Amino acid sequence: MSSRVFVQLCFVPMFVFVLAFLALPLVRLVMSSGESPAGWAIYWQILATPRYLNSLLQTVGVSFAVTLAALAISTTTGLFLARNRFAGRGLVLSVLTLPLAFPGVVIGFLIILLGGRQGLFSQLTSGNVVFAYSMFGLFLGYLYFSIPRVLLTVMAATEKLDPSLEEAARSLGAGPTRVIIDVILPGLAPSLVAAGAIAFATAMGAFGTAFTLATNIDVLPMVIYTEFTLSANIAMASALSVALGIVTWLLLVIARTFTGHTAAAGGG
Amino acid sequence: MRISMARTLQIVVTILTCAFLLVPTLQSVLAGVTVNYFRGLSSGLTFQWISQVWDLYMDSIFLSIWLAITCLVCTLLIGVPAAYGLARRPGWASRVLEEFVSLPLAVPGLALALALLQLYGSMRGFRTSWTFILAGHVLYTLPFMIRSVLAVLSSMDLKTLEEGAASLGASPWQRFRDVVIPNAMPGILAGSLTVVTLSIGEFNLTWMLHTPYLKTLPVGLADSYASMRLEIASAYTLVFFIIIVPLLMAMQWASQRAQRIGK
Amino acid sequence: MTLTLRSGSKTYPDGTVALTPTDLHVKPGEIISLLGPPGCGKTTLLRLVAGLERPDKGSEIWFGEDNVTHLPVEKRKVGMVFQSYALFPNMSVRRNIGYGLKMQKLPVEEIDRRVAEVLALCQLEPYADRSVTALSGGQRQRVALARAFAPRPRILLLDEPLSALDAALRDRLRDELAGLLRTFGITAIFVTHDQDEAMAIADRVVVMSHGRIVQTGTPEELYRNPNSPFVASFVGQAMEIDGRIEGNRLVTPAGETLCLPRSGIGSTVFVRAEDVRITDDGPLSARVESVTFLGTHYRVGLAGIASRTIFALYAGKSAPAVASTVRITIDPATLMLLSAKDEMK
Repeated sequence: MSSRVFVQLCFVPMFVFVLAFLALPLVRLVMSSGESPAGWAIYWQILATPRYLNSLLQTVGVSFAVTLAALAISTTTGLFLARNRFAGRGLVLSVLTLPLAFPGVVIGFLIILLGGRQGLFSQLTSGNVVFAYSMFGLFLGYLYFSIPRVLLTVMAATEKLDPSLEEAARSLGAGPTRVIIDVILPGLAPSLVAAGAIAFATAMGAFGTAFTLATNIDVLPMVIYTEFTLSANIAMASALSVALGIVTWLLLVIARTFTGHTAAAGGG
Repeated sequence: MRISMARTLQIVVTILTCAFLLVPTLQSVLAGVTVNYFRGLSSGLTFQWISQVWDLYMDSIFLSIWLAITCLVCTLLIGVPAAYGLARRPGWASRVLEEFVSLPLAVPGLALALALLQLYGSMRGFRTSWTFILAGHVLYTLPFMIRSVLAVLSSMDLKTLEEGAASLGASPWQRFRDVVIPNAMPGILAGSLTVVTLSIGEFNLTWMLHTPYLKTLPVGLADSYASMRLEIASAYTLVFFIIIVPLLMAMQWASQRAQRIGK
Repeated sequence: MTLTLRSGSKTYPDGTVALTPTDLHVKPGEIISLLGPPGCGKTTLLRLVAGLERPDKGSEIWFGEDNVTHLPVEKRKVGMVFQSYALFPNMSVRRNIGYGLKMQKLPVEEIDRRVAEVLALCQLEPYADRSVTALSGGQRQRVALARAFAPRPRILLLDEPLSALDAALRDRLRDELAGLLRTFGITAIFVTHDQDEAMAIADRVVVMSHGRIVQTGTPEELYRNPNSPFVASFVGQAMEIDGRIEGNRLVTPAGETLCLPRSGIGSTVFVRAEDVRITDDGPLSARVESVTFLGTHYRVGLAGIASRTIFALYAGKSAPAVASTVRITIDPATLMLLSAKDEMK
């Protein structure tokens, strides 16, 4: 067997699997989105129906807020951890990155433990502060899984920054704050855009957290879920899935053009 | 030493963030071993909730472990040769293929699950079997395996190493076995740990694909959050942490090691 | 083993011609060096012989009586030393060297015996069980050579085997490599862009340029009788003396006259630095531009003889001062009159 044939054979298992479980199902998904009486105009209905439009706007809104918050928090801690060595740094790093692979349902539950009816804040304030099932609870849940992702990107980027740039700025008389504004943040900018896109895409598609928390908030994944399981409106569920998938995919393509690495959303 | 404003802010934010991530985790650990969470620790510590979880959800836990192992086998069999192929034939076709295989990283699990359900939902035998969930897990984890292996393979001079082996008389298969696999090992290890960790924690796809008789660990978690008392839900979460945290730490260690080698 | 290449050529899919149809014959036990600047096709020629590149239609490669043109590399029984050595990082020195023998499915005792033999020959015994990543550049180079040689290949092919080493080590290992190749007594082709390396190691040097062989000969032949300006300047750095040629004489740009050994019509005149002598009564005058002390002699840059600087090797106790004027003698017999018509663009 020649080398060329061997390499081609190596692609065969992936080819078969991807065809059967990715390509064909996605084609089916797109096809079924056009099978309602409205036909392909269903994509226009998403924007024309207040329920779907509101859900879309709410999802974009909370995702955007989470992205900004996660960027601010993770950049602050990321810079601190990347530039300082102290006892217990490894532990802090573990605490901040371990939630990376917690499934969304677990994060939802953790938010309930914080802000639910039996939660920490409720106990501390004798039942006055309950936020787990509100938009704020959802925001905190999304923030919980976004922080580790953004933090890892920021720290990786900080370690790649040329330390002599900072030293040059300091030798020219810049104080610590000016160094951050003039040298570090511009250097991190591409990674911050990329990390932001990842956080945004992940929040847009997050299902598990919303599933555990969102009793009365219609974020897009929850709408898709209810359309599919309760209303049996399969065409609309498919159309919303296609739209959501395209948006998150595009965001990650943008993220990659900024960093040169492909990032992973998902989870949540 | 004078501590600047910026530095104070950094320290405060870091501490608050740690608290935000850690406190609820500790709460769930505590709640899982407290006799009555609402009355607090004074009610005493117990393992009764954990043993109840074991009785109630043992099948889910074993199903998840079984799924993770079979998923790992599948991603190894599909992903390692594929990564090798992609490394050997760089070009636009490979990039398109890699991009397509990586779609499950970008497209929400819910959308993928809907797609799978609509195509295969009518095949009863497959739809109700554990292999249907397995297909979803492989779909979701495969890109991680491919990337992890591909990163290591592209960082070494694969072509020349293989030419070296070929000039010594090794056939393509012998080259793959003796040179490619052993040198890709750090990537394969990191990829494997990622696949197992993600498979055990996967919820979004699995929730849509599962049947009442096939509940995985995270599906069971969602179930317990909805219908069980807080202590049992916490105890189950604790069991999940005990499984997932060592895996996560091993995964991070292996990925960093693979990255160092990749440099 | 005799190697015969008949109109071997290689065109890449994008249309680049790396090697125009080329014939090459290597006698058993002969050590051939392919010498040329980067991109001249020397590595392509080596890879065709190895079987790592597929030659164009019409090419034929013979190993003795075997036509190996269509055999893949793993079936050709060649030994190859790569520029980067391509040692397997997952194997120890011993396993690297034994890999080719293992591929031949030899019994374990036989493999051990032959690996031990080669280890001794290459003085690698102390490192046998080390990881190849823990070796110095020179040791790696020897492992690569030992690994290629252990399976007793029909021909040994070396692709710039010394270029990954630093300069000081390179000179020492060059002689070591030459010695080992003679000890092996094996037919070998080795590619280099460094003329000193080619001269030191090879029985016969093949000079290449622009995808073709320009001249083949022993190092002495190439040095003394280059057939083209390219070979003259590439091997031994001959310098061109431009000017107007009038029969047996050359009038330099400064208007002075230089005698030629024969009629120089249609030729370009070249001279080597060791043949440019600084004498008190020379017929040419030149201004000293630079003086470099090289231990055994000085290298003196001279302006005023040709349009470009001409260098002279000067063995006196003290060098002439920079900017002073000196007299120069060039023996007509040492001048090389080369026809420019074969020259490639």
